Amino acid sequence: MSSFPPTTIISKITPRGEIAAVTALKWLREMMLIREFELRCMQAYQDKKIGGFCHVYIGQEAVAVGTLAAIEASDPVVTAYRDHGHALARGMDPRHCMAEMFGRIGGCAKGKGGSMHMFDRANNLFGGHGIVGAQIPLGIGLAFATKYEDEVINGGTSKRVTLAYLGDGALNQGSVHEAKNLAGLFNLPVIIICENNGYSMGTAISRGTTMGHDIASKALGYGFEGVVMNGMDVLETYTAMKELVDRVRATSRPAFVDMRCYRYKGHSMSDPRKYRTREEEERYEADDPIGRLKAHLEGRNALTEDDFKAMQRDVRTQVRESVEWAEQSPPAPVSDLYRDVYRERWGPYTGSSDPEMLGGSENQAGFAATDPKADLL
Amino acid sequence: MTTATMREIEFRDAVREAMSEEMRRDKRVYLLGEEVAQYNGAYKVSKGMLDEFGPRRVIDTPISECGFAGMAIGSAMMGLRPIVEFMSWSFSLVAADPILNNAPKMLYMSGGQFGCPIVFRGNNGAGGQLGSTHSWAVEGLFSNVPGMKMVIPSNPYDAKGLLKTAIRDDDPVFFLESERLLSMKGEVPETEYLIPFGQARTARAGTDCTIVSFGRPVNLCLEAAESLEKEGISCEILDMRTIRPLDAGAIVRSVKRTGACVVVDQSWSFGSPGSEVAALVHRECFDDLDNYVHRVHTADVPAPYAYDLEQEYLPNARRICEAVRSCLYKA
Repeated sequence: MSSFPPTTIISKITPRGEIAAVTALKWLREMMLIREFELRCMQAYQDKKIGGFCHVYIGQEAVAVGTLAAIEASDPVVTAYRDHGHALARGMDPRHCMAEMFGRIGGCAKGKGGSMHMFDRANNLFGGHGIVGAQIPLGIGLAFATKYEDEVINGGTSKRVTLAYLGDGALNQGSVHEAKNLAGLFNLPVIIICENNGYSMGTAISRGTTMGHDIASKALGYGFEGVVMNGMDVLETYTAMKELVDRVRATSRPAFVDMRCYRYKGHSMSDPRKYRTREEEERYEADDPIGRLKAHLEGRNALTEDDFKAMQRDVRTQVRESVEWAEQSPPAPVSDLYRDVYRERWGPYTGSSDPEMLGGSENQAGFAATDPKADLL
Repeated sequence: MTTATMREIEFRDAVREAMSEEMRRDKRVYLLGEEVAQYNGAYKVSKGMLDEFGPRRVIDTPISECGFAGMAIGSAMMGLRPIVEFMSWSFSLVAADPILNNAPKMLYMSGGQFGCPIVFRGNNGAGGQLGSTHSWAVEGLFSNVPGMKMVIPSNPYDAKGLLKTAIRDDDPVFFLESERLLSMKGEVPETEYLIPFGQARTARAGTDCTIVSFGRPVNLCLEAAESLEKEGISCEILDMRTIRPLDAGAIVRSVKRTGACVVVDQSWSFGSPGSEVAALVHRECFDDLDNYVHRVHTADVPAPYAYDLEQEYLPNARRICEAVRSCLYKA
């Protein structure tokens, strides 16, 4: 592969494991949910119900579903701004995800984060981060913390693996370089997954990254392994990922993944995609990860066309209901503006509380009802 | 507190005692930074801590401020309580994204889900002929950001009590020390104490003019007040201890008594804690003031290397005296 995006479709980089049909059907539904969710996001964005920036995950569904299926619920996850797919695949209720984008109080971050900042403590999702690359130092910090908790505080052995996602556009950020060095130096159990869709916004990887055809080899420079995976086939993604996760869990050594994938839509909602050809897009669309899994399941006689259509109807209903739920959730009240700035209440800051998604309880227990620090700025 | 439990220790010892006591109390607390472990601290603040706590909790990092600050923030999201030592706050600028974009905003952007209980600490302000890149006073630059707390002790006693509070605080704390104060000796009790944030200390009581200051310059204010007393001018000095939260009530109460206010702040004047205090006093004490609030800042230029220029660049007792006299129409 001398250049990427390649003109041939990636396939069979790794073998598919033996995946139970019931599991594969579950993944199919998850991928379809993400796609339907993203299509409705695009629609809502056009209707101006979603503001700011919005980056959809269409085409990359197999990456989030396949990689997150390979870890445990207690494993921390952090990602960049194209994060709706990770939030849903990690288990966030699509109602809270949609309400967040609508800026409603029922959103996962009460409408304070928006599309790029999905957080879900119950599912160990530590964001959604908007600054390119910034989530990788945080991600190695999550791995540092799991190792520290397991070993220093609890006196056992490191048990958890952190997944930290970035796009190929983040590869050249200094923060990512620093984090990779620290991960290697401190033996942190983290897998840094580069969702390599070939484009940093409008810049093809070959135009912005040295060794763009083989970014996995760069991991060697930090003293850990780099693995190329197919992110367009969830069965392959999962199989390769599971093997790597097991290894990282056992060795507590970091790893890097060059996850080859493709985004079907633009970088954001305002991207006319003039930097690539329609032919290239069509080639990848013909190799759709949802279509691939559907064909696979049909070949195993585990799915009929009617089953698929029923699943599609089911997913559409769920997403439509999420949109309706989000629309009915009240806008974030102005009184909430000064909440969640500090845990502690002082001056104009009124403490913090969990979002509705987590039960909405106060985070700072027992502060005085009348503010004793009223004259503090 | 009986004087029997008092002893005199250096500022750096006070900082070390605060960290060590909190690390003994809470295993979630750890220290990381450049040269903090095997080298015993670039300024010997963490001397002996590696021996006591081991390399899992006192961690040498490469010169990689953005990376290790971000790493520590990630660990704080998981509930650890890191202390990040910047050898100098000047070097924190390459970590601006994690310390300004992540730590202070995490709670808000996650809708209350993830706090960031972390302390960033290190030397702030001119160390002495280090040139402009190494002489940053970051008060004005960083205190602009909501979500963080900023602490700036002027003496060993406050350093220890405030740092212990900082480590126990659930929000990110920027703790500004001074290379010029590390060898300063002061009385510190052997028994445990904590100093709450947002409570100014009256460093000197007086009747003619309120001097509001932060950190090391408080000591210059004391020097100035001594000489002004000989001229018959009685100064009240407020050591604010914390910039966020700011004890606005203490400032207002004092200025309402004295009718005059001088602010001494070692950051540049434009958009600074000094300008914030001036705005506050003009608003809250408008009818009590006999003159506008006078301000003494670092000169509005990059820090010079040459000794004499640097002396003139920094706030000093002479400039403070001039400001107080001018404020009282005695110039």
